[in-house]
Amino acid sequence: MKEERIISFPHLGDYYIPIKFLLNKITKLKVMESPPITKKTIDLGSKYSPDFVCIPFKYNLGNFIETLEKGANILIQAGGGCRYGYYSEVQEQILKDLGYHFEFYTLVDKDKITPKSLYHTFKKIDKKIPLWKMIYYLPLTILMIRYMDNIDDFIRKNIGFEVEKNSFSNLKKEMLDSYTKCKGFLSLTKRYFHYKKAFKNLKVEKPENCLKVGIIGELYTSMEPFSSYFLEKELASMNIEIKRFTNVSYLLYQKRLQRRKNLRYIEKYCKYTIGADGMDNIYRAKYLIDEGYDGIIHIKPFGCTPEIGAIPIIQKVCQDGKMPIIYFSFDSQTSETGIKTRLEAFYDMLTIKKG
Amino acid sequence: MNKITIGLPKALLYYKYGDLWMTFFEELDCDVIISPNTNRKILEDGIKLSMDESCMAMKVYMGHIYYLIDKCDYILVPRLKCIKKHEKLCTNFSALYDLVNNVFDKNLIHYNIDVEKKEDEFYAFTTMGLSLGFPYRKIVSAYKIAKEREKMLKQRRIDKQKTILATSSKIKILLAGHPYNIYDEYIGKPVEKVLENNNIEIIYSDLYDDKYLEKEVVKISSQNYWTYNKEIMAAIIHYQDIVDGIILITSFPCGPDSLSNEMILRKVKIPITNLVIDETNSDTGILTRIESFIDILEERRKTK
Repeated sequence: MKEERIISFPHLGDYYIPIKFLLNKITKLKVMESPPITKKTIDLGSKYSPDFVCIPFKYNLGNFIETLEKGANILIQAGGGCRYGYYSEVQEQILKDLGYHFEFYTLVDKDKITPKSLYHTFKKIDKKIPLWKMIYYLPLTILMIRYMDNIDDFIRKNIGFEVEKNSFSNLKKEMLDSYTKCKGFLSLTKRYFHYKKAFKNLKVEKPENCLKVGIIGELYTSMEPFSSYFLEKELASMNIEIKRFTNVSYLLYQKRLQRRKNLRYIEKYCKYTIGADGMDNIYRAKYLIDEGYDGIIHIKPFGCTPEIGAIPIIQKVCQDGKMPIIYFSFDSQTSETGIKTRLEAFYDMLTIKKG
Repeated sequence: MNKITIGLPKALLYYKYGDLWMTFFEELDCDVIISPNTNRKILEDGIKLSMDESCMAMKVYMGHIYYLIDKCDYILVPRLKCIKKHEKLCTNFSALYDLVNNVFDKNLIHYNIDVEKKEDEFYAFTTMGLSLGFPYRKIVSAYKIAKEREKMLKQRRIDKQKTILATSSKIKILLAGHPYNIYDEYIGKPVEKVLENNNIEIIYSDLYDDKYLEKEVVKISSQNYWTYNKEIMAAIIHYQDIVDGIILITSFPCGPDSLSNEMILRKVKIPITNLVIDETNSDTGILTRIESFIDILEERRKTK
């Protein structure tokens, strides 16, 4: 008998839900997300990774190993961007050398992702995928991601001030569950507005002049809470309003549309783009200063080249705008206490500055 | 008219395009100042001026800029995003111009190559020449002469290496890595010295005729898109049957190298060692590792 084909992919925050939704709808294969990220994942990942590769590689590799152990045999990697684009070949080689048998597919081809190229990749995975399913479910998934990101923006602004503990995260869990059951555009949009209203009705006690902090930096550590040691949760427990720019809908289309406008906004500091999100982060730093935020937190994995290129420029922007900024660099060996201590000191400084 | 003085920092891309830039500016009758080989002071200045996480080669580069800052009118800081279609460079090269511009207060020359936006090398040279105020025809002829001279010099070095490969019977080791790492006084030179003292013939990975690059690189990797790393991979495949061993030199923590070295180490079947070098490196550590590597190669030769 032929072996059952099980498709799997690495984690990125809550985005496993729309990805799983899309794969479930268009293919007839069994879809299984990787086991949730734990300390063991990162230990496994770092054990088999090159020495000074950036931390997302290690997380992804750990995810792959755990999911292969559970029986998956088709793996999907996103690709694109700076070093991400070359992850797939190296990871495939490492996993093959470890003795696993699987098929490996990369979604982003030569730094470009278009619906057409995506369709061709999926066609390689499963020959029976009909075109109409792609045409219908791909925009639906993108819309779902967009709705998720919109709600997330709202949550980040208010979660630090919730009256009833965990009310936001419980409602979010309920919302994500209901999203997976939706059938089409209408039912998705209905659910979105229903939960939007529900979130607005949750009780919050938000003071007029609360602390407002912006998170900028590299995309994986921004979007995967485990890799930043739940930085956003920590901030919320300090009653801080959080603004974060990077999310999947930004990467999918907003980034391309905004590039030229952003570059003009910071022309005093930058003449060219820096690669990956470097230029975007300089723009964000300037934007946060102009919007009157109280502080900036810059996060990145250790050795992230584009961000290292951007940091001296961000530093100058913040000096000119007299903006407090703190840099976190995450690695598999980062101590959580160290991050907490630095964060608390930063928080104290911001409160004193605000008076 | 007063002569313009141009500063060329002897780090990073100087080791790739140095001859080209030098000849171009000399043809245009400019004075050119090249910073000296990296020394302790340059390295320390560079470390002070850059982020602690940026790669060793970048730190050295910042030191060279600091050396040149009050010695010339303009400094050439290239910005290279993409020099071949569908390929990329390390993002440090696209950040270089803005980075230097923000850290130092100095006139820089615009030199931008981004082939995917139709800004090729010729375009970069003409805009650079025009911004310095030279007539267009003079720039074009200077560029042509410079290009020919660069080609000739490189061919001469490749031929020299070819004769060494054909005649020498000593143990041969391929030094593979980015030219700005191999030839730098503080990154690759200590390794070179040890090899020379041990009577080893050194083969350089950048002295490689890239006629068969695409064919040879797929033997290691088909998806790699960093132009300079592809050159290293192709050179390794090209020389692996002729040399006894390979030493990979990397500066810590080089982004592209971290992944492509892993592929090289997994695919190459002859003895290979990877030296990762940062500013706190000790020469003794390098010495021990290379000497034991040479011992392996000698034993291997005897058994053959």
